[in-house]
Amino acid sequence: MATQHSRSAARMMMAPAVILLLGWMLIPLSMTLFFSFKKFLPLRGDSLENGLDWVGFDNYVRFVSSSSFWPSVWTTLTIVGGVLVITVMLGILLAILLDQPMWGQGVVRILVIAPFFVMPTVSALVWKNLFMDSVNGFFAHVFRAFGAQPIEFLSQASMPSLIAIVSWQWLPFATLILLTAIQSLDSEQLEAAEMDGAPVLSRFFYIVLPHLARAITIVILIQTIFLLSIFAEIFVTTGGAFGTKTLTYLIFQRVLESQNVGLGSAGGVYAIILANIVAIFLMRIVGKNLDA
Amino acid sequence: MARAVTPKRKAINTAVAWGIGLLIFFPIMWILVLSFKTEADAIKTPWEVLSAPWTTENYGIVQERSDYGKHFFNSVIIAVGSTVLGLLIAIPAAWSMAFVPSKRTKDILLWMLSTKMLPAVGVLYPMYLMFIQLGLLDTRVGLVLVLMLINLPIIVWMLYTYFREIPGEILEAARMDGASLKSEILYVLTPMAIPGIASTMLLNVILAWNEAFWTLNLTAAKAAPLTAFIASYSSPEGLFYAKLSAASTMAIAPILIMGWFSQKQLVRGLTFGAVK
Repeated sequence: MATQHSRSAARMMMAPAVILLLGWMLIPLSMTLFFSFKKFLPLRGDSLENGLDWVGFDNYVRFVSSSSFWPSVWTTLTIVGGVLVITVMLGILLAILLDQPMWGQGVVRILVIAPFFVMPTVSALVWKNLFMDSVNGFFAHVFRAFGAQPIEFLSQASMPSLIAIVSWQWLPFATLILLTAIQSLDSEQLEAAEMDGAPVLSRFFYIVLPHLARAITIVILIQTIFLLSIFAEIFVTTGGAFGTKTLTYLIFQRVLESQNVGLGSAGGVYAIILANIVAIFLMRIVGKNLDA
Repeated sequence: MARAVTPKRKAINTAVAWGIGLLIFFPIMWILVLSFKTEADAIKTPWEVLSAPWTTENYGIVQERSDYGKHFFNSVIIAVGSTVLGLLIAIPAAWSMAFVPSKRTKDILLWMLSTKMLPAVGVLYPMYLMFIQLGLLDTRVGLVLVLMLINLPIIVWMLYTYFREIPGEILEAARMDGASLKSEILYVLTPMAIPGIASTMLLNVILAWNEAFWTLNLTAAKAAPLTAFIASYSSPEGLFYAKLSAASTMAIAPILIMGWFSQKQLVRGLTFGAVK
């Protein structure tokens, strides 16, 4: 049993991490809150030194009543949802495949996890130019070879293209975690079910899938954290045009492109609220699942 | 879990898996191919590209144009620096959570992870102002600090899951033998925790290496890492397939190679110890 002494020592050891994260969370957050109630347009001479005008909830009202607000929330959720569905489903199939006996399993695994190491900026640039370009891109050449008219992927099918790019980056992560989980599945259980004449699909739904529940939860949690704040992929490919403006990107435009810090800060507060709604929802599931 | 299968079944598995593996890997391979072609050849049809002569000229041009060495050096400092600093702060925290847990440990862990959900863009401007005030804008120190903070929750979480697997009896035995808290950590815990620390470190170096929000928004020239190096190739006038490919190869090769060599540790790290 831990003594009183070791307990207080433990507190001390935890302190730096907790204090740093608390500061990291509270200081910028309170500044954002402060700016969100102010008129702050640095290019028009507003500055902290001269004092900022208090505008109440004006920024909040303006941000929400902008025609881009609800579409941006929807875009954010579509990207997160779309990528999650694709990576989890393909990840399960790939994990099952990679678990089968085969030659060169190690090499295949190396090939499959490679996209995870590619910087988001590189992957976005490469997909946009080398593959999805409608004149010289790889797909354009292939389309023409089959006599079809190449399409402008990132404007005519912007969301599917974007989701495809991001899914390519995250599929390795999902596959690896699910593969690790599948490898721990008791093969005797599967064999017994097979002998009892359980068809492939029921074996999958009643044995494999329940076994993967925890791993799927982890995949969803970690990916959601990273996908909610997705930035580089949009910045490089469409610059927020063609209906790909996420909430993150909308705020980025308000703060840096139109230099309206007050308005952008109000947007930041909304983004934090959205993230928290998703977080609470996720933490409920994960907290429960991780206890086991 | 090796099940006995017929050679025919195994051959089919192999063919399908290799096909899908190569398909997923194909974009990276294509970058590599294009990087060794001339600009004029790089925009031709894929089959013409493959038969075109090979050249290494693009690498020379990219190096001359944007000083790969400097960006590479910045990336290494920022990725390794933020990870090491993060580990120094996280190891004691994770240790105490794993071995002296209280009722609130789980809450604290979840709270830490939830700070990662705060959208960075929401606090971009305050951070920008603070960086100017503190003279940290476009410095490696500033980026080391920011990336350490954004990855700290993940580092703590990963270490916690590893430390929890270390049997507590060993620590108690050491304590009985009169080991102080310091020597307990130094001589008992650390050697047992090295594998976990190593995979945590690897994963976080990769995350920091690829981080592209703060590194793009808080640097200009001096401290710009490889993410900024590659972003400079996104402007239309600077866009050439072969040079873009060469620059991309140079930006991703170090981490790709490191990732492949440390696959085993990484797989464990990636699962956050939560999947066995």
